[in-house]
Amino acid sequence: MRLIILALLSAGLYSPLFVAADWQVNLDQGATEISQAMYSLHMLIFYICVAIAVVVFGVMFWSIIRHRKSRGAEAHNFHESTTIEVAWSVVPFLILVIMAVPATKTLIAMYDPSDAELNIQITGSQWKWRYQYLEHDIDFISNLSTSQEQIDNKVKKSVNYLLEVDQPLVIPVNRKVRFLFTSNDVIHSWWVPALAVKQDAIPGFINEAWTKVSTPGTYRGQCTELCGVGHAFMPIVVSARPEAEFLQWVEEQSAQKQAEAVLAEKEWTLDELTAHGEQVYLKVCSVCHQPTGEGVPGAFPALKGSALMTGDINAHIDIVLNGRTGTAMQAFRDQLSAVDLAAVITYERNAWGNNSGDKVAPSQIQQQKQ
Amino acid sequence: MATLDQTVDVHEDHGPAKGITRWLYTTNHKDIGTLYLWFSLLMFFVGGTMALAIRAELFQPGMQLVEPALFNQMTTMHGLIMVFGAVMPAFVGLANWMVPMMVGAPDMAFPRLNNWSFWILPFAFIILLSTLFMEGGAPDFGWTFYAPLSTTYAPQSVTYFIFAVHMLGISSIMGAINIIATILNLRAPGMTMMKLPLFVWTWLITAFLLIAAMPVLAGVVTMMLMDIHFGTSFFNAAGGGDPVLFQHVFWFFAHPEVYIMILPGFGIISQIIPTFSRKRLFGYHSMVYATLSIAFLSFIVWAHHMFTVGMPLAGELFFMYTTMLISVPTGVKVFNWVATMFRGSLTFETPMLFAVSFVVLFTIGGLSGLMLAIAPVDFQYHDTYFVVAHFHYVLVPGAIFSIMAGVYFWLPKWTGHMYNERLGQLHFWLSFIGVNITFFPMHFLGLAGMPRRISDYALQFADFNMVSSVGAFIFGFSQLLFLYNVVQCIRGGRTATDQVWEGARGLEWSISSPPPYHTFTQPPLVK
Ligand code: HEC
Ligand SMILES: [Cu+2]
Repeated sequence: MRLIILALLSAGLYSPLFVAADWQVNLDQGATEISQAMYSLHMLIFYICVAIAVVVFGVMFWSIIRHRKSRGAEAHNFHESTTIEVAWSVVPFLILVIMAVPATKTLIAMYDPSDAELNIQITGSQWKWRYQYLEHDIDFISNLSTSQEQIDNKVKKSVNYLLEVDQPLVIPVNRKVRFLFTSNDVIHSWWVPALAVKQDAIPGFINEAWTKVSTPGTYRGQCTELCGVGHAFMPIVVSARPEAEFLQWVEEQSAQKQAEAVLAEKEWTLDELTAHGEQVYLKVCSVCHQPTGEGVPGAFPALKGSALMTGDINAHIDIVLNGRTGTAMQAFRDQLSAVDLAAVITYERNAWGNNSGDKVAPSQIQQQKQ
Repeated sequence: MATLDQTVDVHEDHGPAKGITRWLYTTNHKDIGTLYLWFSLLMFFVGGTMALAIRAELFQPGMQLVEPALFNQMTTMHGLIMVFGAVMPAFVGLANWMVPMMVGAPDMAFPRLNNWSFWILPFAFIILLSTLFMEGGAPDFGWTFYAPLSTTYAPQSVTYFIFAVHMLGISSIMGAINIIATILNLRAPGMTMMKLPLFVWTWLITAFLLIAAMPVLAGVVTMMLMDIHFGTSFFNAAGGGDPVLFQHVFWFFAHPEVYIMILPGFGIISQIIPTFSRKRLFGYHSMVYATLSIAFLSFIVWAHHMFTVGMPLAGELFFMYTTMLISVPTGVKVFNWVATMFRGSLTFETPMLFAVSFVVLFTIGGLSGLMLAIAPVDFQYHDTYFVVAHFHYVLVPGAIFSIMAGVYFWLPKWTGHMYNERLGQLHFWLSFIGVNITFFPMHFLGLAGMPRRISDYALQFADFNMVSSVGAFIFGFSQLLFLYNVVQCIRGGRTATDQVWEGARGLEWSISSPPPYHTFTQPPLVK
């Protein structure tokens, strides 16, 4: 009786969930052949498991209902049977073989990255992804674009809360794209469910995976390996575009690169630099050093009032360019442009009462980079 | 001869010492068992509070109560405390109480070692918990403490964590040696290996797993210590080390550890189901062999936790096949339990309720484990809430329900009083409902794409997270009923008979309830 009530209760609890759109309960079929194969495999195994559960629980609930002492059931005496015991070892083994065959096939297909037409190196670092297109001169960092106010519940959350970035990874559809994964600091893991790609990005290692997206669209994912305080805040957005649009995007990227080069030549005023520097700081540095520049005691040093901020400029530039090995302070030389670097350093030297009045020109950065 | 007799007499007369020294100096297996069990219950509440902090933060998207840094410390400490502080000591406590009584031994083989094994624990956990108050915070790298997050990028407190783990390892190894020696050497005449109750058998095998696995854990934390303080680069890629090596060594320990946390549970369930079915356990021999094969297989499946680290195809296939194989002996166990119930004469007192729901919910956890074993789809499941759902199903309604079943089952024997049956049943139903509301939706969350260990999540995960948090609070608070019921039972209650349960069989039920301070000073003869 109790069990029946419970069954009703749990069915009542869960059943409405299956109809409501927001309550996704199953894997996505995804946008690639491999993701489809995984989905079918997942469903196959799932149904086999359900069948096993129905049989086992069926017998069990039968006994629970029929063989109760309160119904006058007397205990029988049997307690072993070699035949039955052998049978229920062999039958499950055969079921396993049925599962293993398609699983092996899918795995072999996943492990074949040959004939890739585009190679992209993906580097994880606390807490952003860097994408380098090996065949093109394209190299950028993709950051979370959800604002801190949304995270702190001060403003309404956007639809793609925590799953949106400033610059998505753009790839062409119907082309085999190979990804090479590595990391600058701790282990991260790059996962986009719809592409069925999940691969660890490990410092000192290069892992590979590939995808061939069949439908254009925007696909979202997240870092899935615990990588520190910002683990929840390093999403992935992949924009899969038709070939022509992809090529157009490649063009735009090189045009933008030239524009940046021009900007680096320009004569910047202190105000322009600090204004731009503040933006860079809030986007890139404030996760650790905090928007107030006060850092987090024991983890990330305060920049406000630090002797370095008003002291040796070259040492300051050096740590931002090259990071400090063995700490969370990473090398930003390749992550940020010369303008961004000059601006953020200038900002740090003039914000929060660090009134050094110093100005760092982009050309100075370029020099020190060499 | 005469003197010898006299010492025996004197010995039989004395009861426990008085006051605090009884507990500090005790070498009595029952006292030490009690200490272990209370300690484990305390840790269960500490770790549970942390779990509730996590669930409170995840009740809604956005950051509300626990900021990300503390959130990571909570997930890490929750895991470590539940594994090393709640589940393992509870099983050792049950073994301390029951193994000597089940095999007809007067006490554990090494009573002083036994005292030491226990008393290391509180100090280890004081060290571990003190890290919460240190600058930079407690360990925040997950209970799996993957390098280099746990080495190069770790908070200062990692050194204390390493020290605490060393102490826990020493305690577990000594406990395991003691259990093995007791079972192999102190059995009563006539108690042959194939007559051992299954709880004893599963513990024997678990103890061997402990002896094999704990030194590996000690090794891996020592390598971390060297990397952090002595300039080695075992796991530091910049120095030519290998972060993946860490995972291999860690999981070589941690996969057997998973079975360390479930095999004694299998044993308890194998005692309870026959008792309340009033029927002998079906397939005793196959139960023993299944346990042995699970123990063996547990050493060759470790890399199924690492399908996405970039192993070669051959490695993936090997670990997929071996992992799938584990479901054969595990299946045998489940079938045997069901066959034991079949055509029995069943009653459903609290221990049986926990045992039956163990079989159902553990099987669900086992089946999701089989899904996770399928390497190609594991690329979708790995490190998501699907995994969280899976291992909580095998650990909470698995390991923890088996411990609670065992406590309700043996409590009348230990105290001489029956616990309050109605309250026990209420505790069971609240736990059962709470556990399912908490962990079942996590399957959906994982499949929908929610990574584990995140302090904040995208909006589409909001609904199930809210459901799950509500369940966690129901489950958490209903454990206070358990505490209340245990305390009431110790203080009084209906007198228990020696046999306690109508269907109970075995040496432990032949002695009085509560048993004398020293049992079987004269070995019983097993027919
Ligand atoms: C992932 C966290 C993290 C991020 C992001 C980060 N830093 Fe740091 N930073 C650190 C840590 C940790 C240190 C301390 C390193 C050490 O122990 O020497 C540090 C040190 C520094 C120092 C030296 C401070 C001193 O007084 O010695 C400067 C300057 C600095 N960071 C600038 C920046 C700038 C500029 C950015 C953004 C472009 C940035 N950091 C981004 C973690 C970070
Ligand atoms: Cu990450």
